[in-house]
Amino acid sequence: MVRLFLAEHYPVLIIVVSLFSAFTILIAGWVNKKTCLPISLATISVQLLMAIFILRQVMSSGAVHYWLGGWAPPWGIEYVIDAFNAYVLVIVLFICLITAIYSKRSIEKEQPHKIVPFYVIFQLLVTGLCGITVTGDIFNLYVFLEIASLAAYALIAAAGGRALKASYNYVIMGSIGACFYLLGVGFLYAVTGSLNMADLSHLLPPLYGNKVVQAAFVFFVVGLSIKMALFPLHIWQPDAYTYAPSAVTVIIAAAMSKVSIYAFIRVFFSVFTTDFIRMYVPIAIVISWIAAVAIIVGSLIAIMQTNLKRMLAYSSVSQVGYIVLGVGLYSTQWGLHGALIHILNHAITKGCLFLAAGAIIYRSGLWNIRDFEGLGKKMPYTCAAFTLAALSMIGVPPSVGFVTKLCLLLASLEAVEYGFVAVILASTLLNLVYFWRVIDRMYFVRKEGEEETEHEIEKEEAPVSMLVPTLILGALCIIAGILWLAGAKTALLPIVDQAVNALLGTGVVAVP
Amino acid sequence: MTEGAIVSSYIPLFAILCPATASFLILLSSKRPNVRESWTIIAGILQFSLIASMIPTILNDEVIRCTFFPTMFKGIAFGFKVDAFGLIFALTASFLWILVSFYSVGYMRSLREHAQTRYYFCFAIAIFGAIGVALSANLLTMYIFFEILTVSTYPLVIHDQSKEAISAGHKYFAYLLTAGVFLLFAIMMTYYLTGTTDFTGGGIKALAELGPAYKLTLVILFFCFLLGFMKAAWMPFHSWLPTAMIAPTPVSALLHAVAVVKAGVFGIVRIVCYIYGVDLMTSLGLGLALACIAGFTMIVANLFAIAQDNLKRRLAYSTINQLSYIILGVALLSPKGIEGAMIHIPFHGFMKITLFLCAGAIMVVTGKKNISEMGGIGKKMPVTMLAFTITAFGMCGIPPACGFISKWFLCLGTLQAEEIIFLFVLLIASLLDVVYFFPIIHTAFFKRAEGGGEEETEVKEAPLFMLIPLSLTAIFSVLFFLDFILRLNIISMYFYKIVEVAVGNAIP
Repeated sequence: MVRLFLAEHYPVLIIVVSLFSAFTILIAGWVNKKTCLPISLATISVQLLMAIFILRQVMSSGAVHYWLGGWAPPWGIEYVIDAFNAYVLVIVLFICLITAIYSKRSIEKEQPHKIVPFYVIFQLLVTGLCGITVTGDIFNLYVFLEIASLAAYALIAAAGGRALKASYNYVIMGSIGACFYLLGVGFLYAVTGSLNMADLSHLLPPLYGNKVVQAAFVFFVVGLSIKMALFPLHIWQPDAYTYAPSAVTVIIAAAMSKVSIYAFIRVFFSVFTTDFIRMYVPIAIVISWIAAVAIIVGSLIAIMQTNLKRMLAYSSVSQVGYIVLGVGLYSTQWGLHGALIHILNHAITKGCLFLAAGAIIYRSGLWNIRDFEGLGKKMPYTCAAFTLAALSMIGVPPSVGFVTKLCLLLASLEAVEYGFVAVILASTLLNLVYFWRVIDRMYFVRKEGEEETEHEIEKEEAPVSMLVPTLILGALCIIAGILWLAGAKTALLPIVDQAVNALLGTGVVAVP
Repeated sequence: MTEGAIVSSYIPLFAILCPATASFLILLSSKRPNVRESWTIIAGILQFSLIASMIPTILNDEVIRCTFFPTMFKGIAFGFKVDAFGLIFALTASFLWILVSFYSVGYMRSLREHAQTRYYFCFAIAIFGAIGVALSANLLTMYIFFEILTVSTYPLVIHDQSKEAISAGHKYFAYLLTAGVFLLFAIMMTYYLTGTTDFTGGGIKALAELGPAYKLTLVILFFCFLLGFMKAAWMPFHSWLPTAMIAPTPVSALLHAVAVVKAGVFGIVRIVCYIYGVDLMTSLGLGLALACIAGFTMIVANLFAIAQDNLKRRLAYSTINQLSYIILGVALLSPKGIEGAMIHIPFHGFMKITLFLCAGAIMVVTGKKNISEMGGIGKKMPVTMLAFTITAFGMCGIPPACGFISKWFLCLGTLQAEEIIFLFVLLIASLLDVVYFFPIIHTAFFKRAEGGGEEETEVKEAPLFMLIPLSLTAIFSVLFFLDFILRLNIISMYFYKIVEVAVGNAIP
């Protein structure tokens, strides 16, 4: 492999570059507003390249360890990147890049006076997300979680009006979640005296019977469930998604929720272990059922919505259920695979859907599904991307949603839980109901009183900088689906294989 | 098993790429109708020649295999396998696509339909799905094409875009995608139980060896498969088919007489002969259950058909009935019965498509949809009605159309299976066929047009684009019959041989 400049420092550089870039944007934006986006774009591109490099390195030679300041763990903070982190990191940065490109026109229209603050906070959010992903220290994770959350609160509130209330709700709920997480960290520190994940996973096994450890676990689960909007702790999420600026919705829905789920899975399997879950806290079956209820209820509420973004938000509630169901079925061959695969799948699909929704609002100001008649002719490409993503949500083969469905079905069959089988299959039909309603409106339903006419409807397509990201994600819904199905012959599945092995193994990695 | 040597070849891939490529070219040339339509026709001809070029290999008792990649699931590879049975379906669908494309040009232009690009685009995708189903090597591959077929036909069904059409489309979707859910479950269950979903002549061995503890599971699984193949329109899950008749006639003709419904029946045959296998079916008593469903559908659908006045709806119920002939043939689990079922797939395709094309021609020329208004139409459109009459005879099992032959085999099949009751069911159903087809012929030729005097009616046929395809399908229906009876060895010599090979594969 070619030696790249500072290659061994990439884990920390991903964070540092991003953090400094946020301040650079602030200063440069003061001088000239137009410099914000290029700086942000350049930073995220560099970060993405580094992430891809790390992913390749992890795939070829195992997990990467980076000791901050050269302090050896468990005293110093350690950044550990195995296949799972690297995978999530690449996804998150990719979505961030897409959002950054998309945000140019979107923010110019929605918040022309707040361009500089937007990009500063946006970059801080990216920093937080990357930090959560790379760190191997549970307290450090908390710090980054708060950086990301605070940035997200601010970004949502920036839209003003009803977004203020949405953001306030999110602040309250998010803070409770963060407190729970912090309590969990405190409990573990009180018992073990360590904050390093790998170290904890070695110190904890003798203490598994300890009530404090078990309470800490429950605090972690509840706290992170709030952060990732797992039903019934999702109440902050629909408002936040609906009223946030379009670009912000995309990054929160597609990237930030994934990172929270990452933290959840990481704590679940790398701090605690499968032994603990199996023997001391029989939580797998509980969260599986919660997830199953989330899948159904999320879809049912989505059916009742008339606001497109709100509908997508409730759809996210149901999709988080898919991932958690996969986690709950970790003991089967395909359960955790399904969860990890769906992290990518949901990021792509929901990203695409929110991008399309934002583009529609940008161009025509429409948010009510009932007003979508004829949109398929006005904005053909946006609607085509939306349709691809919607089909993927429904799980029409060979889209990404289909792959998830297959994995979870097999996992449920293997666990002999026919209830989950029924839930997954029913969810397909529910998804069909609320997504097809939109597609029908876009393409087929005629406006009341409008007669069959062949006259050309003027095209009002979204600007290129918004359209291209949408189309890329739309195409990926199908391409990634085929890549997953092709399995061993492509690069994707081995990453997930390795990630699952690492998670179900002995923890992040052995202490060096 | 008796499956012959395996040959690797990319011909199936190229064949299936024809409509896929055509669909994109159609989108690109949406502004130039002539170019757009010629893409469809070129692709159709190319595809048919590619599929036909596989005949000699298949007759050699070999199987063509084309595997793209192993999937993420161990034991399932994504790919195509062309055996004799798949080839029958592929040949029928691709050949009729060419004819229907010509017909569509005439029909859509005569009626000045809107959204023609979307129409041809979805049509090509639907054929892509149908041929994919025919050539798939395993259940998962088949499922993928199955769903593509369902989704791509939705815009065709609601082509009219009226409220009525859209609610018909919703019904269509509700039925077929619910079916898809059952099918997916059944496929994954099969995979979970056996570790494979490959179509194997004589059934998957691992499934047969599961032992008595799994008896109930296998029965439930079979019914999940049946529900999954709701496309076969067996009763009581048939009502989407008459509702979907709101589509333009060429769509009804190809998709609802050939591609969609035949894909369903094709699937059932695949399950019975290539997943479960005849022996397992017999030991589980599923053959009899399936035959009962089919027999019930045959009789009841015919009774429904008698009550219809709309010509297309009557034909739709006739389709439901005829599909159950095929299901019955397989359910008998006897070689002759299976042979009859396999022959009936293309034969019914040819005959039913003629009937639909005639109905469309009548609609384009006179604008009439109901049978009661069709008095005197036989004099006005003699060629169309002649084709209609011949194939309607065929539907009832009367020479000179090929329907007689498949029914002959089905009757032999009931005797071979020693299920005399089903022989009677068959005969009663055929009788009922006569009851609802002959009034149409009677009205057309012997009744006067309403309010029409004694004056000579002018002959006014549909445009040649429509007339030639429907005459051709009628001629083919007769040819198949003559060929069999007189041993002319013209075209269909291959055809009967392929069926023989297919039966040999299915029953080792």
